[in-house]
Amino acid sequence: MTQLARSKAVAPPGTDRPPVIEMRDITISFGAVTALDRVSVRLFPGEVHALMGENGAGKSTLIKALTGVYTVDDGTVLVDGERHEFHSPAASQAAGISTVYQEVNLVPNLTVAENMMLGREPRRFGAIDVRAMNRAARKTLLHLGLDVDPATVLEDHPIAVQQLVAIARAVGVQAKVLILDEPTSSLDADEVEKLFAVMRRLREEGVAIVFVSHFLDQVYEIADRMTILRNGRLVEERMVAQTPRLELVRLMIGRELETLERLDRAPRTEAEGGAPLLTAIGLGRKNSLEATDLQLFEGEVVGIAGLLGSGRTELARLLYGADHADTGELTVRSERRRLRNPRQALARKIAFSSENRKAEGIVGDLTVADNMLLALQASRGWLRPVPQATRTRLVRDYIEALDIRPADPTALMRNLSGGNQQKVLLARWLIVQPEILILDEPTRGIDIGAKAQIQAKVAELAEKGLSVVFISAELEEVLRLSDRLVVMRDRHKIDERPNDDVSVRDVLEIIAGEAREQGDRDA
Amino acid sequence: MPEPTLVRRALRHPLLWPVLALLVLLLVNVVVNPSFLSVRMQDGHLYGNVIDIIRNSAPVMLVALGMTLVIATRGIDLSVGAIAAIAAAVACTRIVGAGDEGALVTAVMAVTYALVVCLLLGAWNGFLVAVLGIQPIIATLILMVAGRGISMAITDGQITTVNNPWFSDLASGFVLTLPLAFLVAFGMLLLTAALTRRTALGMLIEAVGINPEASRLAGVRSRTIIWTVYAFSGLCAGLAGLVIAANTNSVNANSLGLWIELDAILAVVIGGTSLMGGRFSLAGTFVGALFIATLTRTIPNIGIPSEVNYLFKAIVVIAVCLLQSPRARAMLRPRRRRPTPAPVIAKAGSPA
Repeated sequence: MTQLARSKAVAPPGTDRPPVIEMRDITISFGAVTALDRVSVRLFPGEVHALMGENGAGKSTLIKALTGVYTVDDGTVLVDGERHEFHSPAASQAAGISTVYQEVNLVPNLTVAENMMLGREPRRFGAIDVRAMNRAARKTLLHLGLDVDPATVLEDHPIAVQQLVAIARAVGVQAKVLILDEPTSSLDADEVEKLFAVMRRLREEGVAIVFVSHFLDQVYEIADRMTILRNGRLVEERMVAQTPRLELVRLMIGRELETLERLDRAPRTEAEGGAPLLTAIGLGRKNSLEATDLQLFEGEVVGIAGLLGSGRTELARLLYGADHADTGELTVRSERRRLRNPRQALARKIAFSSENRKAEGIVGDLTVADNMLLALQASRGWLRPVPQATRTRLVRDYIEALDIRPADPTALMRNLSGGNQQKVLLARWLIVQPEILILDEPTRGIDIGAKAQIQAKVAELAEKGLSVVFISAELEEVLRLSDRLVVMRDRHKIDERPNDDVSVRDVLEIIAGEAREQGDRDA
Repeated sequence: MPEPTLVRRALRHPLLWPVLALLVLLLVNVVVNPSFLSVRMQDGHLYGNVIDIIRNSAPVMLVALGMTLVIATRGIDLSVGAIAAIAAAVACTRIVGAGDEGALVTAVMAVTYALVVCLLLGAWNGFLVAVLGIQPIIATLILMVAGRGISMAITDGQITTVNNPWFSDLASGFVLTLPLAFLVAFGMLLLTAALTRRTALGMLIEAVGINPEASRLAGVRSRTIIWTVYAFSGLCAGLAGLVIAANTNSVNANSLGLWIELDAILAVVIGGTSLMGGRFSLAGTFVGALFIATLTRTIPNIGIPSEVNYLFKAIVVIAVCLLQSPRARAMLRPRRRRPTPAPVIAKAGSPA
């Protein structure tokens, strides 16, 4: 088996240098599920190495094996040619491996500096030397070109800055290996550039960087070499420059791209007869969203585009009653009433899938089946459990329809990959048979295959008459799915138009406004 | 995919360690006193150490049942001891004050009255936690302290003694050869199990305990659920208080149910329900309560001097908790490498 894996390896730049990390035949299982099956990966100093694969391919598991979160069942990890066994994240860190996870893993109510220096605070007479700590943190931040006051509290910063602080923390420990797991999923274009500049600098300094991202553009921009995984197995190790995109996608998903093609549906242009299903007039909330109007007709997909913090999530939450609106009015099916809580929204057949999968979506310690049925059960009340037969049928149908893996209703939700969790959440909302479905970033941090499946499902449901509010940071995706486009900036709506022949560049220009000429990057 | 063998399933079963701990404890007793487990029949009732244990386990078991649900919602209820005292005080003063002190109807009325009061007290806790958002440990601490005062006020600070055979039966009576107290607790266990597992209540409690925000967005009435479990915990505590009072036919507001919250929390934890909330196990709590009762019985049986009995109890509890900690178990066990031959070809994608 090792032989096979070796034969697939390609020569990295400067083959004369030995790899800083070599993982050989790594196998990890969770109960009956084999998450990694004899996977080998090599990391060389001074390279950006992309780890590619669908959801559930084993990327996160591999990273957790390297960072000591999971213990390896079988296989060896060599650091600088020496065998290591990581039984804890601390052991991995001590070997020079630093990680920035997909979801920001910092302490929100500590300061930026405290977060960056956590566990290695400079001390003076036994007490923490706050000034020295702030100084050290500022130095690292400046090194990364970040203008953040280290003495400010972390949670007062936007998610994007928190993410950069997490990276700064990882950089600060003088790592030999830096692992970036979906670091760019909540960054805007400027911030991505900033991050890439930092990555290039670190690469020159000889750091081996593992880069996991679902944005192919970014992989092609920054990565030198890549390892492709599928279903927990090694597919191939490749040089990025010598691998055409289409081939990469084929290697990753192991099937043709039909699903992606089929998506492009004709935008609905016919005049909607009758009254809108949902009308918001001047809906707003202090410090969150300025008065905003929105209409939604039956069977229509309204895409909301805008950068992080533009008010797109805030609008979705007000429409669902997840937050209270201070101003404006909301009319759902000719009933005028501001929604005060999610239950009221659900009673009016409105469902909302939050952008924050971990904190507001999944119930990690419950099974896939329970997670799927949670909203339905909540609406029935605890006295009327969903009958066993219905339960079995619904769960089986949705696992099949959404291609959820593992196809095991009793698997614990937290053991699923991000994309599969997202599919279970989609199933949770579809099971309550909503007429209005608000999807906030339903495809963030998940791979092409799952993304295409979710998009196809949304398109299919809209054809059947479901009204959808679709929010995504990825403009291509918003444009591909929407009938109508709403563009937001600085907490209010700045544009609304039917989606005929609107291009990404058009949207970027609207977002950028007259002030800046931005958008060339994405064209 | 190979089916896990029965042995392996048993080894992985969450109840393994609590049950094992209980068995070891019984074994220790048998070694010291070979006739420890013997049970004899007398006047149609069973007698013996084991019978005593299950009878004495009733109060802790009752309190622990309510506590299990509260803990599953990420909460804790420190007021159960005080509520037990209030229940006993209310019931005893009602019985003493009744026209016919020894009548069945007097006992039934007094017990019902006391339980309603406890339900209300539990609802008060629920109100503080669910509606006002006070942290459970603080919210229930209020009643833990105030409750003693209330029960003292009800009994005028006197030890109230009652004389009602029906009431005493709650602790010392036998039905179908078994102690009534145990049957009450066991019945409550079955009731709780049916209430949580035959309906969706258990799943919703767990969902609220694991991820309150996700549950709220999914439309779960978390507030109602939290309120319900505290009220239920109050009810269970009240029932426990009545059993304790019936045992001595009296109530001492100062000492009745003192520290029972700690025994109950221990029973819950030994049973495998995490204090972090989420998944709960009523069967585990049942075993946990039996363990606590057995431990209490063990101390005199194996001749531990009474001065050190708390110390002994603490040591045993620590040992059990260590047994349950995966990390501690990993340290005890020699490191093994999984044998490599015949790798399981389990495709993650294929349906299991």
